[in-house]
Amino acid sequence: MDLLRFITAGSVDDGKSTLIGRLLYDSKNILIDQLEALEKSTRNRSDGSVDLALLTDGLRAEREQGITIDVAYRYFNTPRRKFIIADAPGHVQYTRNMITGASNASLIIILIDARLGVVEQTRRHSIIASLLRIKHVVVAVNKMDLVEFSQDVFNNIVIDYNGVAAQLGLKNITYIPMSALDGDNIVDKSRRISWYTGKPLLEFLEEVQLDEDVNLTDPRFQVQFVIRPQTGELHDYRGYAGKVISGIYKKGDRVTVLPQGIETTIASVESAGKEVEEVFAPQGAVLQLADDIDISRGDSIVKSDNLPQVSNELEVLLCWLDDKPLMTGNKYLLQHNSRLVRAIVKQVEYKIDVNTLQQQPVEGNVKLNEVVKATIKTATPLVYDSYEKLSEYGSAILVDETSNSTVAAVLIK
Amino acid sequence: MNNSYHLNYLEQLESESIHIFREVAAQFEKPALLFSGGKDSITLVHLARKAFAPGKIPFPLVHIDTGHNFPEALDFRDALVNQLGATLVVRKVQDTIRQRNLTEPKGKFPSRNWLQTYTLLDTIEEFGFDCCIGGARRDEEKARAKERIFSVRDEFGQWNPKLQRPELWNIYNGKIHKGENVRVFPISNWTELDIWNYIRRENIDLPSIYFAHERKVIQHEGQLVAISEFVQPDEQDIVMTKKVRYRTVGDMTCTAAVESTAETLEEVINEIIATRISERGETRIDDKVTEAAMEDRKKNGYF
Repeated sequence: MDLLRFITAGSVDDGKSTLIGRLLYDSKNILIDQLEALEKSTRNRSDGSVDLALLTDGLRAEREQGITIDVAYRYFNTPRRKFIIADAPGHVQYTRNMITGASNASLIIILIDARLGVVEQTRRHSIIASLLRIKHVVVAVNKMDLVEFSQDVFNNIVIDYNGVAAQLGLKNITYIPMSALDGDNIVDKSRRISWYTGKPLLEFLEEVQLDEDVNLTDPRFQVQFVIRPQTGELHDYRGYAGKVISGIYKKGDRVTVLPQGIETTIASVESAGKEVEEVFAPQGAVLQLADDIDISRGDSIVKSDNLPQVSNELEVLLCWLDDKPLMTGNKYLLQHNSRLVRAIVKQVEYKIDVNTLQQQPVEGNVKLNEVVKATIKTATPLVYDSYEKLSEYGSAILVDETSNSTVAAVLIK
Repeated sequence: MNNSYHLNYLEQLESESIHIFREVAAQFEKPALLFSGGKDSITLVHLARKAFAPGKIPFPLVHIDTGHNFPEALDFRDALVNQLGATLVVRKVQDTIRQRNLTEPKGKFPSRNWLQTYTLLDTIEEFGFDCCIGGARRDEEKARAKERIFSVRDEFGQWNPKLQRPELWNIYNGKIHKGENVRVFPISNWTELDIWNYIRRENIDLPSIYFAHERKVIQHEGQLVAISEFVQPDEQDIVMTKKVRYRTVGDMTCTAAVESTAETLEEVINEIIATRISERGETRIDDKVTEAAMEDRKKNGYF
C-alpha cells in the first residue's frame, strides 16, 4: 500500500466539496457519527437528501459565512492506497491557498462544470499546476447529469482543455466525465455514461503510477541536525541527520560537502541508530563522514560526480503570499529546506498574468497572489538544482524578519 | 525502477514525522514534547527516539496531569521515561486550580480538559518553552483538519485560523517573536488506523487498557464509563462488569470504554477496521458539548 497526495481545484459551484464528500462516502470512509452530524445539519433541506458538501465544512466561522478560509486536509484509504486530499478553496486568496495545498501534491483534480466548459478559473488553476509542475492532472468534467450525459459536450471540453494544456506544457492528463452529486464515475462506473470507456475516478486514483515521481538518480542530502551524544562510547560520535531529498547513498560513496566544497567519503549510513546498507529518497538518515569537517545545519552532502549548482545570485519565480507588498531591495530570510540565508530581492523583471500566462510589466509593488520573475541575491551561496529538475531542491520560501511571516514561494530557475 | 527503492505509506509517514522532529530540535531553543500516556504520544516518543538515535531525545517530556489519570497510563509513562533516560516534567492541574483559584466543572463527569490549558500555559511560561510538540492528528476533528504542522500561537496560546502561515513543500518556518510559541504536530497526516498499523509494525508497547479487560462500568448516554475514584455511580445507575478496551486514553472522567474482546494488537486492529464510529465520537464525552468545541478550545490555547 502506498500514498498519494492530491489537491482538488475548483469552487463550491463546480461541486468540489460534493466530489470530496462523495469520494469519502462511497469509499466508506465516513463513519456513522459523522454522518449523523451531517444529517442533523441538513435536516431542513426540502428533499431530505444529505448534503455531502457539508462533510468538508470546517470551522464555525466558515459555516457562518459560507466560505472556506483555508486549506483543509482529508484522509481516506482503500485497500490499495492511502490518500491525502488538500482541499483548497477556489475563491479569495486562491493562489496563496492553492500553492500551499499543491506544493506537496503529486496529482491535481481540476473540476470543470460541464455546462460552462473551460473558464477563466480553469486556466488559473492549470497555470498554477504547471508552475508547480504537478505530475498528474485529472480533468473532472462534472455535472454531466445537467447536460444529459452528452458525449459531444464532453468531447468539446476535452478539445478546449487540450489547447490550454498544450500552451502550458501540462502532461499526463486524464479526462473523466462524472456527476459527483449522483455518484456517476466516482467510485463505480456510471451506467448513464456508457460511452465512456475509461476508469471511474477512484480506480484511476488507485492505479496511477507514482514510483517514477521519486528522483533516484541525483543524490541530494541536506543536514538538518548534528547528532553528538558526547557520552561514553559515543564520545566522538558525530552524525549528520537529514532526509535524503533524492538519490541513493551508500557507505564508501565519494561525496562533496557544499557550499564548503570539501570532498570526503561516507563512513557509515545509519537509520534509527542502526547501520544500514544504503538509504534512498525520501528516507531519513544519519550519515557519518570519514574526515573531520566543519559541517552545520543546512549544508549539503552530495555525490562528487553529480554536483548541484552553487550560486549567490538566483533567477527565480516568486509567488507573493503576503498582504504586505514586496518592496524591491528589501531584505528577507530565504529558507531552502533547512538552510537559512539572508537575501535581497534585487530586481523584478516582469509579472506573469495567471489568466493568460503572458508577461506583463510590473507597475509599483508586487502584491498578494501575484507571480513575478525576479533576481535574488543571497548573503552566502545557495546549493540547489532548478525547480524544474528537482522540485524539492529548487524550492524555497521568503520570510519577513519583522513579522516572521512566510511571504513568498520561491521557484528557482 | 527497482522495486526495492520504494517506501510504503507507513514508511513515508514515518520519514515525514522524523523530518519534522529534526526541524524542531534544530529550529527551537527550548522545545518540549507533550506526553499524555496515550497511543499517539507514545508513537511520538517512538518516532523521536528514531529521529535522534544514537543520541537521546534532545527535549523533555511534559505531562500536564489532570489528576484524573488511568493508573495504568501513569505506570506506563514512568517505565517508558526510565527506559529512555529522558527528562519528565509533570505539572498538575490540581495545583493550578489551587494557585489560581479556578472553579472546577461540576457534574457527574467533571472534565478537567478545559482547565488543562491553564496549566499548559503556566508550564510553557515557567520553563520558557518556545515549542510544544503534540500528538494531534488532522483526521480527528474538523478544526484540526485546518491546522498547520507548525502552528504559531500568541502569548496567550491562541490559535488564529485566519492568520496561519502558508506551509509550502517540506519547509517549516518556525520563526517567532518573544513570548509566542509554536505547537508542532509531527503526526498530522496519520489516521487512527495508520497509528495502529505502525504500532504493530514497530512492535510498540502500549498501556494495558488498550486491550480488552474486565471493568466495572456504568452506562451514560449510550457510552460506557468506568467506575473509579473520580466517577461514582448514582442510585439510578446500573453497575455492570463488562469486557472493554479503550480506544483513546484521556481522563477517566471523560473517556468512554468500548465493549470488546480484542486482547491482542491484531484483534484490536481488526475491530478498528470494522468499526463504523469515529474515535472521538465513540470515546470522548467532552467533544459532544457543542459542534465547535475543539475549535473553541484551540482558539484558547488548547493543544
